[in-house]
Amino acid sequence: MIGLPIALHIPDGFLSPGVAALCGILAAAAVAYGLRRAGVELDEARVPLLGVLAAFIFAAQMLNFPIAGGTSGHFLGATLAAVLLGPWLACLVMGVVLAVQAFAFADGGVSALGANILNMGALGALLAGYLVIGAQRVLPRTRLVFLGIVATVSWLAVMAGAAATSAELALSDTIPLATSLPPMLGVHSLIGLGEAVITVAAVSAVLAARPDLVALARLEPEPHGAPPAAAEGRI
Amino acid sequence: MKASTRMFAVLALALAVGLATAVSPFASPSPDGLEKVAADEGFIDEGRLHSLQEDSPIPDYAFPGVENERFATGLAGFAGTLAVFAIGSGVAYLVRRRAPASRPAGGAAA
Repeated sequence: MIGLPIALHIPDGFLSPGVAALCGILAAAAVAYGLRRAGVELDEARVPLLGVLAAFIFAAQMLNFPIAGGTSGHFLGATLAAVLLGPWLACLVMGVVLAVQAFAFADGGVSALGANILNMGALGALLAGYLVIGAQRVLPRTRLVFLGIVATVSWLAVMAGAAATSAELALSDTIPLATSLPPMLGVHSLIGLGEAVITVAAVSAVLAARPDLVALARLEPEPHGAPPAAAEGRI
Repeated sequence: MKASTRMFAVLALALAVGLATAVSPFASPSPDGLEKVAADEGFIDEGRLHSLQEDSPIPDYAFPGVENERFATGLAGFAGTLAVFAIGSGVAYLVRRRAPASRPAGGAAA
């Protein structure tokens, strides 16, 4: 662990100034809009919840799990944040996490911060969030289907982040897309599985304790299952 | 059995602090996705620290001045999780919705 801190986080030096700046503008716009939405959606009672979610994502990101071939991966959290708070507040949460990592922990670059917010936060949060919203319009609104959707979009969000990272590296002339994309997608297809497992576990736990805190869940009351445990008192 | 928001927040924060403090020291030290690809494809050496990161308080998730590597990581996780909670809550507090009276129709994001 000694040496240059790189997680999935891009350090400075990998991206050209132009690409870093463009990503910075896009990320700043996403986080700024998240701040605006918070002013509309975030009531006083849920203020600490945003902090708790950011803290949980920070903590979970430290837990690298081993995957094949001497490589590790870690939870990203964009989908979890999007499902719990909505896609735009999720951009804000991920911005807070990644900024603290960059400035306090030297994890991920400073000029690359925008790219990291895009790749690990905004892209995944918006993709996953709007896919969850869209999928629930056409699929049955049961708890099981909802968790299936969450699992799928968690994986997709990680893959999208990996693809975006490869594209940024290619646009920066650091490494051609054809060289970096296959291994990036290969590794992250496994990391995405971990992301799906952790996201589903966390969303299930919140659904069980406080279903009203899962902003994107549009579940219909089921004869059995939806309001968990209480009805049957099982286990 | 519906947990109050405060209780829920306290329990979730405790879980986060616990994971960062007690579990992170045992996380996999292997290079992760991007790091592995960067090393394999030979561009990892292009990475460098930004001048603003030269004196990061807790570089590389190792609490400064603590010799034991696992303890240093756990302490970094403890401090970091609380710092992120404080900053996240602080930002949320500053931008929160103020007028409690007129609730807008939608509520959550759509």
